Amino acid sequence: MYDFLTGPALWLAFIVCGAGLLTRIVWYVYGLNWQLDRVAYTRHPLAGLKGALRSILHWLIPFAARNWRLRPLFTVTFFLFHLGLILVPLFLEGHAVLLEQGWGIAWPTIPMWLADALTLIALATGLAILVRRFALPEVRILTTGSDVLILILAMAPFLTGFLAVQQAPGYQFWLLTHIVTGEILLISIPFTRLSHMIMFFLTRAQIGMDFGIKRGGMKGRGIAW
Amino acid sequence: MPEGQLCNKNPIQTKEELDALLADKGGKQYYQEMLDLEVDTAKLKASLDKTCKSRMRTWLEICAHCGLCADSCFFYLTNNRDPKQVPAYKIQSTLGHIVRKKGKVDAKHMIMCMDTAWSKCTCCNRCGMYCPYGIDMGVMFSYLRGLCFSQGFVPWEMKIGSGMHRVYQAQMAVTDEDWVDTCEWMCEEYEDDWPCLTIPVDKENADILYLVNAREPMHYPDDIAEAAILFHIAGEDWTVSSTGWDMTSLSMFAGDWESARMQVDKVYEAMERLRPKRMVGTECGHAFRATVTEGPYWAGRKNGQTPVPSFHYVEWAAEALRSGKLKIDPAKKIKEPVTLQDSCNYIRNHGLTESTREIMSYIAEDFREMNPNREHNFCCGGGGGLNGIGRYRKERNIGLKQKRDQILSTGCNLVVTPCHNCFDAVRDLEEVFQVGISWSFLKPLLLKMVEVPEHLQPRE
Ligand code: SF4
Ligand code: SF4
Repeated sequence: MYDFLTGPALWLAFIVCGAGLLTRIVWYVYGLNWQLDRVAYTRHPLAGLKGALRSILHWLIPFAARNWRLRPLFTVTFFLFHLGLILVPLFLEGHAVLLEQGWGIAWPTIPMWLADALTLIALATGLAILVRRFALPEVRILTTGSDVLILILAMAPFLTGFLAVQQAPGYQFWLLTHIVTGEILLISIPFTRLSHMIMFFLTRAQIGMDFGIKRGGMKGRGIAW
Repeated sequence: MPEGQLCNKNPIQTKEELDALLADKGGKQYYQEMLDLEVDTAKLKASLDKTCKSRMRTWLEICAHCGLCADSCFFYLTNNRDPKQVPAYKIQSTLGHIVRKKGKVDAKHMIMCMDTAWSKCTCCNRCGMYCPYGIDMGVMFSYLRGLCFSQGFVPWEMKIGSGMHRVYQAQMAVTDEDWVDTCEWMCEEYEDDWPCLTIPVDKENADILYLVNAREPMHYPDDIAEAAILFHIAGEDWTVSSTGWDMTSLSMFAGDWESARMQVDKVYEAMERLRPKRMVGTECGHAFRATVTEGPYWAGRKNGQTPVPSFHYVEWAAEALRSGKLKIDPAKKIKEPVTLQDSCNYIRNHGLTESTREIMSYIAEDFREMNPNREHNFCCGGGGGLNGIGRYRKERNIGLKQKRDQILSTGCNLVVTPCHNCFDAVRDLEEVFQVGISWSFLKPLLLKMVEVPEHLQPRE
């Protein structure tokens, strides 16, 4: 069971995730249309590139956009959540070992205590984000079942992984559910709003080009995000 | 498929149709007929397939439902933070629903879409700056307006407005003859005070082609004279065109993209015929956006640029003050505290944040910023055509509170409004709330304080 889950099933999950995201990128870029979107995407490459980069960076860096500055508590919560979500699976020792054993690739890792801390932070901030969804009327009205499901989907591998690492009672069970939920997460990325891990960059680049090329980027000092 | 006599899917094509619509005061019959108007769902689906591409679909799908856009919208803020005014909610419940249903919606839904697209959004694009994904509801509501228009669900004034452009190539039924006559009349009116004042019509190869808002010949002819006098003092080689002189676009507000294209085609034709070095447009926000920012795309110009480089009046004024073409008499600068309304259409949508501030530095002793300002400024409250729609007067007046409070907290009584829409909104907010403020375009202010060179002064 373990061998299957960390072998063919993992492969499948990676392939579906990668191919799915690639399809999303191609479909998105292919569907951009200078006349419908009213942005001369290709005619002003430099202004477009500058606009895209500014747009992405201002929102990628905490407090660089005005809306990040206006709500510091949310901003910190949000960035910590994402930090844990990205760093832990990528640089966990346990994951690096799999890579090493499977393909002989030496992979950088973060110390265990940091991984533990980031995991707990991700779980706590994730919970806070879930509570916010129902506590604030302006968010509650937008919330759908899938929002909750996606959040649970994203947090499940962390919770199960953490329990497994801590050698909680039922270790085998936690380890297997960790792998299964992790693979479900990978597979669902391209088909759900989790695709924002890549689409964020694309939509931000698009609006950045819009402002950079058309809405004043070539005349003024560029939009102050 | 039942179609009303006045409310139907066909845009106005003739003067007779336009007059019939105008005769229906307040759109009484028009809105009555709308209740029975049927949605052509096949056509709606076809236009979604053709025009709703990855940018829009991704926006609708990727929205994280995070609510970070809520506070960015002045309708949300002024309606006691009503969750139904959250930009993401407004678009998901209207356009989002149409897309998910693949166009299979009924008239009731389309009327709700119309009411939302015109009375709960001014297409000010502010929310787009506050969404982590850059989802711009202004763009999407403008798109939704286009869908509504093509199905006949459009506010009465908007149908008239775009019809005006179709019939007269100008709003307010101003003909080309009326326009040229107004120019001549204004010259005669002012020539005693300003010897040798002319408004050159159709002069080729001038440095500047000046375009206006048709409201000027209609309601504010002195504005044209003021522009002429300021060009005259600055020694500019300028002209106006006898055709394609109106740079406004109620068609853009109406979502009548065909008529929007027809209008800019006319304007670009004038540019190409007269071959000026550049175009300068009057103090109007939406007109500038239509002609300079969006127009090239409607006209199919692949580089997204107008045929000649185009400038807003505030750019010209800033440049004239900087270069000394216009000199301000220091004794005549505005002494009282004065604030400035940033127009969404050329600030957020054309980056002209610094031009207006440069002008203020020349003309005002105590200039005070609104908060927030520049591209973060709030809509005046009447943009996107909302000022002109009777059906939504109540909603408009609630939205005006944002601007009222912003102005009041500056402690200024005078607001400079270099945009026709902002001008009207501030005027109306004074009428509604009686807070004791005044407002002005730039031209009359400049004219009051500019130094007049000896040789241009009236002979005794
Ligand atoms: S474009 Fe402006 S008015 Fe429309 S939803 Fe966004 S912030 Fe509100
Ligand atoms: S801020 Fe953007 S992602 Fe969040 S709810 Fe608003 S539109 Fe959706």
